[in-house]
Amino acid sequence: MLKYLLQRLGLIVPTLFFVSILIFGLQQLLPGDPALALAGEERSEEVIRYLRGKFHLDEPLPLRYWYWLTGVLHGDLGDSVRIQRPVLDLVVEKLPVTVQLAAMAMAIALVIGVTAGVISAVKRGTWWDYGANVFALWGLSTPNFWLGILLILLFAVQLGWLPASGYVSPFEDLKGNLAAMIMPAFVLGNAFAAVLMRHTRSAMLQVLSSDYVRTARAKGLDETVVVLKHALRNALIPVITLGALGLGELLGGAVLTEQVFSIPGFGKLIVDAVFNRDYSVVQGVVLCTATAYLALNLLADLAYFVVNPRLRH
Amino acid sequence: MAAVLSQQVELGQRATTWRRLLRRSGALLGLSVVVFFVLIAVLAPWIAPFDPLATSWSEVRGAPSAAHLFGSDELGRDVLSRIIWGARASILAGVVSVSISLGLGVPIGMTAGYLGRWADALISRITDAMLACPFLILAIALAAFLGPSLTNAMIAIGISATPVFIRLTRAQVLAAKSEDYVEAARALGNPHLRIALRHILPNIVAPLIVQATLAIAAAVIAEASLSFLGLGQQPPAPSWGSMLNTARNYVDQAPWLAFWPGLSIFLLVLSFNLLGDGLRDALDPRHRT
Repeated sequence: MLKYLLQRLGLIVPTLFFVSILIFGLQQLLPGDPALALAGEERSEEVIRYLRGKFHLDEPLPLRYWYWLTGVLHGDLGDSVRIQRPVLDLVVEKLPVTVQLAAMAMAIALVIGVTAGVISAVKRGTWWDYGANVFALWGLSTPNFWLGILLILLFAVQLGWLPASGYVSPFEDLKGNLAAMIMPAFVLGNAFAAVLMRHTRSAMLQVLSSDYVRTARAKGLDETVVVLKHALRNALIPVITLGALGLGELLGGAVLTEQVFSIPGFGKLIVDAVFNRDYSVVQGVVLCTATAYLALNLLADLAYFVVNPRLRH
Repeated sequence: MAAVLSQQVELGQRATTWRRLLRRSGALLGLSVVVFFVLIAVLAPWIAPFDPLATSWSEVRGAPSAAHLFGSDELGRDVLSRIIWGARASILAGVVSVSISLGLGVPIGMTAGYLGRWADALISRITDAMLACPFLILAIALAAFLGPSLTNAMIAIGISATPVFIRLTRAQVLAAKSEDYVEAARALGNPHLRIALRHILPNIVAPLIVQATLAIAAAVIAEASLSFLGLGQQPPAPSWGSMLNTARNYVDQAPWLAFWPGLSIFLLVLSFNLLGDGLRDALDPRHRT
């Protein structure tokens, strides 16, 4: 286990190194003088001179990268030009909102996707199977911002059941928080439910034709027990990896969902930063997302290792 | 004689693939809808009933009517004409972005797979780093730094989707490299470049075509997403994503503004997904036996 963990960590370090180069490199894409671009509308000589000094813009590129990397390793992701606050503080402030949204979306995706996948595999070739496949195609093809607008129209404007937008902290008003988050979570989880459905269906079909399932059936076990206890438990192993990787994708998808529902999370932070030309925030958000994605990937690998006894031998 | 025979076999395989593709009703439907959207994008100047940029203050947020079948928007512009012209941006973004991904991803993936060793290790780590950044977030960051425009959005989407093609090409090359026909080509003294381009590449095209078709669907959604955020096609030029962004503000007064562009994105993406699934089944070697 320790050897495996060290091997995985050994792969993550160079990957993170290249992630840092990639994110630092983004700044080099800015057309013209980076100091002018970073200054935004505050283009006074003084501000530009300050930015030049702060980002070492007059020094060679590798040296600038080294200064930036040293800062990042010490938890300094830079300051927001617009809000005049450290980027790390902004990320720490907004991240819990997005994590709650992504976690709720994942829960919805797991319930819908795994259930639809199991039904589709068990009832292969029937209308249930066709229905589940149509659902998967619908989920994969629907832009989540359009689905969000349609749901706002139905549940907020027409029926008045749920708020159209906004966010309330769960510590202030749990019911209000759930009412505000359920629609965005469904919108975000919809596409991932489709991906999970396809994978669960394929894994279940493989497991259902295996010898141990045939043996369980031959022993006269109830079909529900065969499906849920013998087949599903094994079919779900690859879904764990997919689930952890999907959480990273959900962080990406949250950008649009938060924009549609005006949720003040990570996604809205990056979009606002883009329009305010607050490039340090953009870099900080991408770096944190990539690090979270790699950490989740590692956790998924470890979970896979723990639940799959064959890997341990 | 051998060359003629090989050409005939290839033509026969292509015909079989086409027949197999056209036998699948989903793929056929997908192909038909894609062709329909390509036609309306190409013929936009002739079939759009109105100028997509022409405003009319008397028609502001007009409901669908005989004159304006899909209604009119917040500036009185004809929604149907904007949908027709918007198809150009979506299809162009899908095709150009995926061409960029293929243009970068295939040579890099082939280099990694064919050369192996340090080249493979280096390319794989860079690919891992790119894959660690969620596709849309990377595309948004790239578009933000490059500046908002349709061209930059296409470049951003293309670069963000490249690692998938690098991985796929590398895996296919690794599998093909140990095949007998590659060994034979090597034994005959063919140079590496010739082996890679003339012997390996034609044999790994099928999975790349399938991935490219599915990637076009993802690129269409990504372009619409970037335009929705204001990072793609800039107003007043029509784009389905930016139309949806505007529609968001009038969802209670003019819901048709949100309905048609969203439906268009959905249908185009669905069609590419159906076509991609159909191609995967038709090109799957297991079906050839």
